Amino acid sequence: MYTRMSKSVISAHDVVKNFGDVKAVRGISFDVHEGEIFAFLGPNGAGKSTTISMLTTMLRPTSGQLMLNGHDVTKEQDNARKSFGIVFQDPALEEELTAHENMVIHAVLYHIPKHEQARRIEDLLRLVDLWERRDSYVKTYSGGMRRRLEIARGLLHHPKILFLDEPTLGLDTQTRNLLWDYVVKLNKNENVTIFFTTHYLEEAENVAQRIAIIDHGNIVATGSVAQLAKQTDTKNLEGAYLKLTGKAVRDETSLSNDGLNVRMARRNERLR
Amino acid sequence: MDAVYILWLRQMKRYVRSRSRVLGAIGQPILFLLALGYGLGSVYKRAGEGNYLQFLVPGIIVQTILFSGVFWGIQILFDKRFGFLKEMLVAPVSRLIVLLGNALGGATISFLQGIFVLVISVALGFRPYNWFYLPVSLLVIMALCLALTSFGAGLASIVEDFQGFQGINNFIIFPLYFLSGALYPLTNVPTFLRIMSEVNPLSYCVDAMRYTMIHQSHFGLLKDLIVIAVTLVLCMAFAVNRFNRIQA
Repeated sequence: MYTRMSKSVISAHDVVKNFGDVKAVRGISFDVHEGEIFAFLGPNGAGKSTTISMLTTMLRPTSGQLMLNGHDVTKEQDNARKSFGIVFQDPALEEELTAHENMVIHAVLYHIPKHEQARRIEDLLRLVDLWERRDSYVKTYSGGMRRRLEIARGLLHHPKILFLDEPTLGLDTQTRNLLWDYVVKLNKNENVTIFFTTHYLEEAENVAQRIAIIDHGNIVATGSVAQLAKQTDTKNLEGAYLKLTGKAVRDETSLSNDGLNVRMARRNERLR
Repeated sequence: MDAVYILWLRQMKRYVRSRSRVLGAIGQPILFLLALGYGLGSVYKRAGEGNYLQFLVPGIIVQTILFSGVFWGIQILFDKRFGFLKEMLVAPVSRLIVLLGNALGGATISFLQGIFVLVISVALGFRPYNWFYLPVSLLVIMALCLALTSFGAGLASIVEDFQGFQGINNFIIFPLYFLSGALYPLTNVPTFLRIMSEVNPLSYCVDAMRYTMIHQSHFGLLKDLIVIAVTLVLCMAFAVNRFNRIQA
């Protein structure tokens, strides 16, 4: 069983994010422990992406505190940034360069010592089975290969935490399974903490040790699959999820928002 | 410094690998040079103004840099759209470094394009009146490259999509170009046009180029250089200010 003694490597304390009048995140708190696989679930526009953006230093929280590996993300940005690797929801690769060149750029941006770069890059590209294709342009890669490359890149600077924002979106079943195999292996062998979001509940059920469910900017439940099912008096994660977040399809133009709405909200705010 | 270099290198690699972009960016000014230089040359001569090709080349070089500089600055918009910007923004390097690497890459590319056009112009018969002034021309070109890529980067940080890019082309770049005196002398133009040209920093770049290349000037070199320096500083400040505010 899970021990309460382990150190927390991600911690959020009463984090709020407003875009003008729009309250995207309304004071959430949670802890992710070292070496844990943690799933962050919620309907469209619940505040998932906003939370990940804040955790990864791309957005500043309106109030509250976020710590990564003991570093405050707003005050010690560079140290916080060195602590994590990320696979974004949309690919963030330079397509006109080769896989190897993408890795080199990352190595330099993260100040990896020169003499270690070549070995680390080779090791990781072999880990995700892309070493043979290292000199091909990324634009010739399939969706699955890009994901694998992004994972390899995200691990290059030996982060304590790996963020995966809907990493399996648009991938076929084989590639999805393969990807989770890598991630679980990585977590076991290297003790990398995994924080991921997904819309495929069975992925969270199979892989995650603990799950947080966010809705309308609030965390509505946290716990293992068994705990969530018990709390909600349901049989599995899907049952618990639907009971907690309701069956209604989310109206994307409502006050709750996703990236697009947030952007519109900000634009309107500026016009005002 | 390594980070600036690697981001610069990335831009250069992209540039060298896209032959169509290289040709496209040089093709347009050459077309202008040939069509206008030869097409209007005889009319210009008949008006008693001398050799139009000589007059036109400095303006066409500025044109090349204007389009290429802003385009490579706006690269940030493409990075935003295609995701690579996020990779740069979450890396443990400051935004200033990210901006600097990208802007220097864009500026270097624009500089090369400008030099290509100059070389081709010489092949077509253009002769600077005094080769010793050429280093000054090159300095002006460099300043202009850096100013315009910064300007483009600043614009890209504000604009959300490619429709915005079209708007920038139509409402900022083309007016700047046509009102800069790149294609016609500013002496004897109607008052309205003269005022528009006088508030357009690009006019002073064209003028400085013309002074150092064909010894012809409307504003005087000192005034030109001061305006260019101020423009460069303002463009860079604009880029830094806007780029710092990007929230991905």
